Amino acid sequence: MKLDFEHQQSAHCESGVTSSLLRKSSGGKITEPLAFGIGAGLFFCYIPLIKINNGPAIAFRTFPGLIFKRTCNALGIPVVRQKFSSKEKAEAALMQCLEHGQPAGCQVGVYYLSYFPREYRFHFNAHNLIVFGKEDDQYLISDPVMETVTQLSSYELERVRFAKGALAPKGQIYYPGDVATISDEQIRKAIIKGIKNNVNQMLRIPGNFAGVKGIAYTGKKIKRWRDKLGLQKAGSYLAQLVRMQEEIGTGGGGFRYIYAAFLQEGFAYTHQEELLDISKLFTEAGDLWRTAAVHAAGIYKGRLGSQADFDQMGDYLIQVADLEKNAFLALKQIKW
Amino acid sequence: MKKEQVPQDLGPLGKITKEVCYATDSSGKYTTQLSTGWEVKKEALDVAWQDVEARVANAKQKVLNGEASPVLFFMEYRLMDAGILSDYTGFWRWRIKRHLKPEVFKKLSEKKLQKYADAFNTSVADLKTMTVHEA
Repeated sequence: MKLDFEHQQSAHCESGVTSSLLRKSSGGKITEPLAFGIGAGLFFCYIPLIKINNGPAIAFRTFPGLIFKRTCNALGIPVVRQKFSSKEKAEAALMQCLEHGQPAGCQVGVYYLSYFPREYRFHFNAHNLIVFGKEDDQYLISDPVMETVTQLSSYELERVRFAKGALAPKGQIYYPGDVATISDEQIRKAIIKGIKNNVNQMLRIPGNFAGVKGIAYTGKKIKRWRDKLGLQKAGSYLAQLVRMQEEIGTGGGGFRYIYAAFLQEGFAYTHQEELLDISKLFTEAGDLWRTAAVHAAGIYKGRLGSQADFDQMGDYLIQVADLEKNAFLALKQIKW
Repeated sequence: MKKEQVPQDLGPLGKITKEVCYATDSSGKYTTQLSTGWEVKKEALDVAWQDVEARVANAKQKVLNGEASPVLFFMEYRLMDAGILSDYTGFWRWRIKRHLKPEVFKKLSEKKLQKYADAFNTSVADLKTMTVHEA
């Protein structure tokens, strides 16, 4: 069985899956940047006490699952999402979904994802893909970060759907419920809602660890890493920061470029001139994140390593925080 | 980032698939561009794996010295902490910590060993001897 489904590669897994699952009902209008922006995907968060892979817990995007949920909500589309404790029931539900002609979004862990290069397999459980058919024992998989479609045997798929650890997917499947056609007016409203959501998320979130304040906070922390952790561990921490920022699925610059693309596309629906200028600010932010990454690489490859180099690294983040704060303030001031 | 500036250094993923990057064209409009990788992030990934390898080697030495059981070696090899291993095996964390002691490990039942072997995607025999078959 193979559903009528067209694979499309994207930068980020969840916004790619969202865009693909909504392609039919939106006539392809919900592009990846639109899904990312309407879903208010842009974020920053550094949780000091938690460790991931023995390094700092840093995220450049919002909590897994939220992009799909918010995008559907903003467009007035019901979300169907199921979790399972039984592997048999999880597979039965997936098959049922396919039999009804509905491609299914799945949350999976990447550690045992067989088609991923080994270097990328960490215990990361918030990867997303779409199952769109089954031939013999092989499920047909549209993984948004891959150029072409792939396959997983039923055992392989079960194993990644029931990966364990933080954010365990629990066999989760999701897809949009009954959808009529999505109109341009709906998209326009959803864009505005997504921007407002993202403004709140980056500017008004309480505490030091998240939003634009979180970026500056991390910058200040980094300046102390050399003394506190020693050069080698501090280097490993910076490498982890760069991985979260640039690794597969970010579209580059810690998702800032995708967001800049979203604002440009948003202009086509809202005709707010400001969006084009603000988009440039996010491009600048992405570029600055990248400059910081190059500097960080100098430290973790041992080319740099003085306290002045760490100060410079911290200052880059403080500068980014400033830039993004101004960009979000400008978005906040738009009269819709 | 301009389209021409999208890095094209060959990284580990680039051998399998190119990845999508968002970048601007000559008129400043956003478009997508495929990238084979970027040296800066390849190096970041290398650092992460060097750290893993160091921890695996350290764990192996501890097992050989009789200071830890092979569970520690496979935990490091599979990048697991006690929390993840607990989720995979169903053992409480404190029990896993006990099983890290060589003398406790030696007395584990075949059934418990099998649970560990399953979690580590290996066999009981390989678990005991710290044998890995993957490159």
